[in-house]
Amino acid sequence: MALLEVKDLGIVFGGLQAVSKLNLTIEKGRLYGLIGPNGAGKTTVFNMLTGVYRPTEGSIVLDGENITGQRPAHICQKGIARTFQNIRLFQDLTVLDNVKVGLHNQVRYNMWSGILRLPAYRAGERRMNERAMELLRIFDLDGEAALKASSLPYGKQRKLEIARALATSPKLLLLDEPAAGMNPNETAELMNTIKAVRERFGIAILLIEHDMSFVMGICEQITVLDYGRVIAAGTGEEIRQNPKVIAAYLGGD
Amino acid sequence: MQFLSYLVNGVSLGSIYAVIALGYTMVYGIARMLNFAHGDIIMVGGYVAFIVMTDLGLPALAAILAAMLACTLLGILIERLAYRPLRAAPSLAVLITAIGVSYLLQNLALLIWGSAPRSFTSVVTLKPLRFFDGQLVITGEAVVSILVSAVIMVVLNLFVNKTKMGHAMQAVSEDRGAAQLMGINVNATITLTFAIGSGLAAVAGVLLCSAYPSLQPTTGAMPGIKAFTAAVFGGIGSIPGAMVGGVLLGIIEILGKAYISTQLADAIVFAVLIVVLLVRPTGLLGKKTNEKV
Amino acid sequence: MQALKKMDRSFRSNLVTYGMVLLAWLLVGLASSAGLISNSLQGQLVPICTYVVLAVSLNLTVGILGELSLGHAGFMSVGAFFGSVLWLCISGSVPGWLGLVLSMLLGGAVAGLFGLVIGIPVLRLQGDYLAIVTLAFGEIIKNIFNAVYLGIDSRGLHFSMSDSASLGLEAEGKVLINGAIGITGITKVSSFTAGVLLVLVTLFVVLNLVHSRAGRAIMSIRDNRIAAEATGINVTKYKLMAFITSAVFAGMAGVLYALNMSTVVAKKFDYNTSILVLVFVVLGGMGNIRGSIIAAAVLTVLPELLRSVADYRMLVYAVLLILMMIFTQSPQLLAARERLFGLVRRGKGPAGKKGEV
Repeated sequence: MALLEVKDLGIVFGGLQAVSKLNLTIEKGRLYGLIGPNGAGKTTVFNMLTGVYRPTEGSIVLDGENITGQRPAHICQKGIARTFQNIRLFQDLTVLDNVKVGLHNQVRYNMWSGILRLPAYRAGERRMNERAMELLRIFDLDGEAALKASSLPYGKQRKLEIARALATSPKLLLLDEPAAGMNPNETAELMNTIKAVRERFGIAILLIEHDMSFVMGICEQITVLDYGRVIAAGTGEEIRQNPKVIAAYLGGD
Repeated sequence: MQFLSYLVNGVSLGSIYAVIALGYTMVYGIARMLNFAHGDIIMVGGYVAFIVMTDLGLPALAAILAAMLACTLLGILIERLAYRPLRAAPSLAVLITAIGVSYLLQNLALLIWGSAPRSFTSVVTLKPLRFFDGQLVITGEAVVSILVSAVIMVVLNLFVNKTKMGHAMQAVSEDRGAAQLMGINVNATITLTFAIGSGLAAVAGVLLCSAYPSLQPTTGAMPGIKAFTAAVFGGIGSIPGAMVGGVLLGIIEILGKAYISTQLADAIVFAVLIVVLLVRPTGLLGKKTNEKV
Repeated sequence: MQALKKMDRSFRSNLVTYGMVLLAWLLVGLASSAGLISNSLQGQLVPICTYVVLAVSLNLTVGILGELSLGHAGFMSVGAFFGSVLWLCISGSVPGWLGLVLSMLLGGAVAGLFGLVIGIPVLRLQGDYLAIVTLAFGEIIKNIFNAVYLGIDSRGLHFSMSDSASLGLEAEGKVLINGAIGITGITKVSSFTAGVLLVLVTLFVVLNLVHSRAGRAIMSIRDNRIAAEATGINVTKYKLMAFITSAVFAGMAGVLYALNMSTVVAKKFDYNTSILVLVFVVLGGMGNIRGSIIAAAVLTVLPELLRSVADYRMLVYAVLLILMMIFTQSPQLLAARERLFGLVRRGKGPAGKKGEV
């Protein structure tokens, strides 16, 4: 059974069909790309998958459970984590605390243990600190753990967002333009990190990206969206030669 | 007959709320901020009209125009100095600033004019209308309030829907960034919104003080909050909504005073707000907006 | 390692805060026994503690949760009225300290309940609705307490909304709440020491809450609600947690305040009181608990000392509120400040990393 099964997904905003008849299958542990010209509806797809928008039609089934239209927090707990195109960190919290918020549902102790500093609080905090530092090390952010998130340079903020998403122990990770604003060196480094993350955690990853060499170099399966519809799907090579895709990109630019 | 007379009073008070609510709703719709100081601009309008009529002895029309001019300028000034620097700041910061401005106006008024209530001379010279052998009396103020607010609402609706500036306002309210890209001067549009809203507040101030002729530095605070309630009731951002919400709220307040309890009338009005937010957060005529992610 | 140091630092910072309060208590005690404290200042000691508790608890809503509440005085009022009524009923039969504790527990619990009732509909909404609804709540509470009559006699409690006569009390019955006249004949039980204890309890709960799993969740909502939801945080739950905790302590502060007075009237707990507490929070620094303590204490004492400028007090506060927001929150000014400090820091070395993007 596939990890994620999206059937005929669609959404209408004030009369405008932003996405329609989207079908997508994601297998465990594989890397997928979602590409398309600006305004094709890629981020809208992410927003539907993570519950930010409620789809007007179709279904999303994660691991055999229908999660269509559930609240974002619930969907995250079910196993889909994401990053945002315009970075959304917890600006005034430290880098470490950003990841610890991600661990919120992984390491639990109740409010009273926290207020009264009971043993559960100490054990929980220690466990959170260890796991958070482990994640930060993967992204080479452990040295900045005590800094405010807003004080990180742009590229590191993007990485921190991925670390935070990973902290929620997702089965599927959605990355919205992870390489945006990065220089070629950083991009290459990020590619390796994403591959390493996939190996290490065995999760599936779906990413939106404009950098074609990035997508082609990393994704095993690519879906192309234009005007809210899937116009092609396949491996990088298949996509590259697909006339519809070429037309969409040439027309779109 | 008693009921009918309460109803008329309610509609009349509600019409004044509606005019205030228009200012709230426009500013909220376009600048995306809750202008807490709006109610206090009403009070300033009242004082300006009072000074022009009582101290300078000029006719009522001059008083109204002077109040409108003063409030329009005040609104523009407040927007420039206090709100514009915070245009991109978190809404909490803007809200606290607005509260600061509201408090500033009240306390300045207190220093300038003192806390003793002034008795306002009504600008309305219309004689009360009597129906059913004097069983139902409608004051001139009530008639004028209802007429003025109806005219304002129609004119404002035409302005927003038919003029270029009105279209610019709608565009800014839909999507500020896109409006800017389309060549609309966003700052000027927001300033215009404040100017119109504040000018209307002056009219509301004069109407309010004519109907309830006691003028104090805190005169505008309560009607301001109630008018905001009316704006939320009708659907914030919607001009007809402000009108409907205002009138309904006025009726609820007057009937509540008459049939339930004078002391609890305000509590009833605010309870309406809480119920509306519970049942229909977008208000009667409001529309749902999707947040951009 | 750095993380551990950081945790240590928050713990140490909490200790400094508690120490500061204890030191103030000690100094005031010493000065008082040496006769150095004027009568008027002596009278301000319990109100100072009240305002400190109010400011710290409001900071939880405004600074930590990032929502504006304009009805803090309403919760205070709820606490004051319920606590005083309980105290009037039990004052003969229990020792003073126990009466105070029980009254505070009741006042806090009822205020918390009110927080729950208005929090549930409102905190689900986005935008500025909490501000206006809490404001409305404060007004409703004021109106209701102004119109309530409550009495007690051998048959139990009697309630009316019209006047005290309609309570139908027996001859030896006692009117507890007398409409706009409020509650009279309270025997004072609050003391400066009780106030300081309440301040410490408030600080203990608020600071430990902030530095825990729940506190991080609350702050994540403040910083970015959408990201918090996407990270699996139950936004409504944590908003409610912060809001209700805030209401509970406002209620307790109300009890402390009321049991220091001989009479309690609803009018005292109006919009102006809510704004005053907001001023303390903003001037002390939103999210800065220690700042709230200092601001509340200093700004309560100062007008007493500077009677001549008392007329201008609220005017000055209003101006400060506006300036504070513009200078700390305006994106342009923040960017300008960043550039300025960025240059300074880059010269110093490690922190200059900021410059690289």
